[in-house]
Order: sequence, then structure tokens, then C-alpha cells
Amino acid sequence: MDIVRTVVRRELAAYFTTPLAYVFIVIFLALAGAFAFFLGGFFERGQADLESFFVFHPWLYLFLVPAVAMRLWAEERRTGTIELLMTLPASTFQIVLGKFLAAWIFTGIALALTFPFWITVNYLGEPDNGVILAAYLGSWAIAGAFIAIGACASALTKNQVIAFVLGAAICFLFLMSGVDLVLAAFRGWAPDWVVDLVASFSLITHFNELAKGVINAATAVYLATLVGVCWLVNTLIVDLEKAR
Amino acid sequence: MVRLERLTKRFGDVHAVEDVSFSVGRGEVLGFLGPNGAGKSTTMRMLTGFVLPTSGTASVMGFDVVREPRRVKERIGYLPEGAPSYGDMSPLGFLRFVGEMRGIHGKELTRRIGVAVERTALEEVANRPIETLSKGFRRRVGLAQAILHDPPVLVLDEPTDGLDPNQKHEVRKLVREMSRDKAIIVSTHILEEVDAVCDRVVIIARGRIVADAKPEELERRSPLHNAVRLTLERERAEEASEAIRTLNTVREVQRLEGVNGVATLLVLPVDGADLGAQVSQLLHGRGIRIERLAVERGRLDDVFRALTQGPSA
Repeated sequence: MDIVRTVVRRELAAYFTTPLAYVFIVIFLALAGAFAFFLGGFFERGQADLESFFVFHPWLYLFLVPAVAMRLWAEERRTGTIELLMTLPASTFQIVLGKFLAAWIFTGIALALTFPFWITVNYLGEPDNGVILAAYLGSWAIAGAFIAIGACASALTKNQVIAFVLGAAICFLFLMSGVDLVLAAFRGWAPDWVVDLVASFSLITHFNELAKGVINAATAVYLATLVGVCWLVNTLIVDLEKAR
Repeated sequence: MVRLERLTKRFGDVHAVEDVSFSVGRGEVLGFLGPNGAGKSTTMRMLTGFVLPTSGTASVMGFDVVREPRRVKERIGYLPEGAPSYGDMSPLGFLRFVGEMRGIHGKELTRRIGVAVERTALEEVANRPIETLSKGFRRRVGLAQAILHDPPVLVLDEPTDGLDPNQKHEVRKLVREMSRDKAIIVSTHILEEVDAVCDRVVIIARGRIVADAKPEELERRSPLHNAVRLTLERERAEEASEAIRTLNTVREVQRLEGVNGVATLLVLPVDGADLGAQVSQLLHGRGIRIERLAVERGRLDDVFRALTQGPSA
């Protein structure tokens, strides 16, 4: 656990010593606000809740989170520090976990900084704060899933741009796997149960529940499995590189 | 303490390292030489667990690098090629990170960082971001990181690359000091380094070991080993070289250009025979005055070239 904590601390510090952290936070806050007010009709709805705020989060995460995850491994490869890291007496999984947690905590900080929305609705009306808390957790969980995917993409290359594009593309597939655009690619050849399975991967469907504050077991299990599988894939990618 | 057994690495069809075996004991500094791309770094990467061997194995203090990589990594201090480090951290922050990753904490960590910083003379830059430091300092940060946990085995990939002569001297001194109770492997392509720090030399070329010997033994293989360099009056140079050729221990006499009315002769011996005394007696008997006489030790770079270029090059 000491090793994971050490990795988390280093990675978090690395975010905040570069402008990336501040650029990310500012853009995230600005866009989250703009979407909620202009597209979501935050005020016009006349309801004291944050659904119009949360509902756009997956779309924001789609291009912001891969930007957070892209440096996790690609940068180590580019600068050669991966050689140093992998010859320290730590297991690959501990490092994978540490890097994931650091990026996840970082997006958590950005998300927490949207608290003025929460204060605003509480000032304007009497929202159900339990629902809002659940929606925050759901939003953070989606960010975690995207980070886990982005970290895998980052481990595949030493080029951060490739890591970003690849990560965003895979996240998009998971986000949209419920819509015809994606399902059509499977319908032609795959049996129905595969199509249904792919459709059930759809993060957007799960998220729409979460945004309403509904946390059901299927969603929790699905997200936990997705993240867990990504950790294993990430570990595998890094370890296979050794045997190449 | 360190043993490499038939270590082999292939990248597709490329045989990067082929059948490399050697061992290093406590108190020994092994110079690992070879031209660029000969497989030095790949060999070191296999030893330190960064790259898995295609076949063969390596062990450190009895622990196998493939089966127990963690125990091997705990016992090695490794300076990778190019001394990579996190540019956004300060040397102190970086050493703290590496120390904690190695399970050292609290006061003990502070003490060890102090020792490492002092030994690598990093005090003046200890709090500056590494990316703002000169190449020499960065290399020393890498060294400090490698010696932080006082490991029994040190693996240093080109520790003096990019350093100025003073810094090179300091690093070599450090390596010598630490060699007392450690097994050290130093890769380099700088031959002067071998004389300065190494007890033994392993030379590899195209992935294979072509020599494993003490530096003096390698010098002895040089065609110039025990060659005699003579400076004498130009008028009598021809006579002298005729006379010297009659000795049966002499293989060849070369006349080199001299200036200011003197000539220089280079006398090459048969099988490295010692002929300084013989030559001087001979010329003395003929009344030829010798201005200067020097016996060559032999040049490592000649041996290195002969060994690493092979017949095909």
C-alpha cells in the first residue's frame, strides 16, 4: 500500500506542477457551467435540482478525461523514466493502481470545485441533497471508467496525442454502445445476445440513471468490472512490453 | 554476486544479445565495453529486470531475475542509459520518491538522501527542478538514486557520458570508493575509463562476448605492447634500424618522421618480448646516442577495434 500511495503522491504532484491541471480545471468548470446554463436550461427548468448540470458530464469527460490520462504511461515511455520505474522493487499492478488513483483523485478535485452549483440550487430552492450526492458519485465513477480506459491507451504508445485520440475513441464506443451507430456494426453478423450485451455496455444509459441519483446494483457492478478489467489490461500491456 | 548465464535477447530476427555469460564478485568493478548498439544496454536491462530474456538467465546474490524479479531489484542500484529522471521534481523530491518506492521512510530516508546528495555533490542544486539542471547534474541525480539504498550490486549504464573531465574524475573516484564492498558493472565506450576504474573487462560486439580479461591482459594483445619508441640523430637512424633488425626478437622497425635533426624509430617486438634493454645496449655498443627511449604499454583502443570490428568490417 505504501508503494501505491507513493505513486499517487508523485503523479498528483506532477499534475499540479504543469499547467495541465489548471487548464483542465478551468475548462472543465467553464464548460460544465456553460452546458448547464445554455443547453440544459438550468434556470428555465424552474426546478431545484442539478440534472441539467450532470447530464452533460459524460460528453465533457469524453474529451477532457483522455487528456488527463494520456500522459500517465506515454510520458514515462517518451522520457525513458519507465525504465527507472520498472526496475524499482514494485509490482506493475501497484504502479497501475497508483497512476489510476492519482488521475481519478485529480478529476475528483475538479468535480468538487463545481460546488457553487450545489450552493446555488440550495439557495434557490430545496433540492434533494441525497440525489445530488449520488449524482456526484455517479459522475465521478464515469470519470473513473474513462481514466481506466485512457490509461490503457496511454500504455500502448509513447506518443501522447495518439494516446489521447485512442483513449477518446474507445471511451466514445463505450459511451455510445447503446445507439444504432455502434450496434449496426454488430447486428450484421453477431447473434442477438451479443448485440444486447454490447447495448448493455452503454455508459450513457447507466449514467442517465446515475444523474437522476439512482444507483442500482447492475450499474455499480458494471462500472467496477469495467475499471477492474482495464487495470488488468493495463498491467498486461506494460508487462508484455518487457517480453517484446 | 552477479551471474549471467547464456543470456540471450532477440527482437524479431535481430539477435540483440547472444549467449552472454559472465559473473562479477564482491569488490570487483567490471567494465562492460562495446561499440554503440553492441547490446550493452540490452544486457543490463535484462539483468535489472526491465526486459525479459528470450533465453538464459541472470541472478543476483542467488535470486533469479525471471523468477524473483523483486528480490533482484531490491539488491540492485541501477543507472539506466541517459540517466532518466522526472524533470518536474527537484533532486530531493526525486530521491524521496525513489527511497519510498524502495520502502525506506522517515529519518532513515532523510539520512540516506543526505549521504547520497553529499557523495554525488548535489547540495547546490538539491531544490531546483531537475529539468533546469545541466547534463552533468542530471547524471549525478541518476547516480544518487542508484546508490541511495546502499545496494550490494551497482549497474551503471554509461555513468560518465556527457560529463566534463572533472566530473568524470569525480564519478570514477566514487565508483572506486564504493567498489570495496560491492559488485559493480559499468558500461562505457570510453576506453580511458577502463584503466581508471575497472578490474576486469568484458567486451561485446554484435551481441556476443569477444573478450573477458584484465585490462593489462588486453593491453598485452595490442601489437604495440612492449614496442620501443626511440629518438636518435637523423644521420645514424638508418644504421641503427639495420642493426636492430638483426635482433631475432624484433618483428619490424618503422621509421617515423622526426623534427630538428632527430628521427624516431618504432621497434615492434615478436610476441610482446621485452626488448628495451637489448636495444639500448646494442646502440650503445655502436656509439649511437639515444635521445629518448620509451616502452609502450600497448593501446586498448587498438585491441578494442581489432576485437569489435572483426573480419567482416
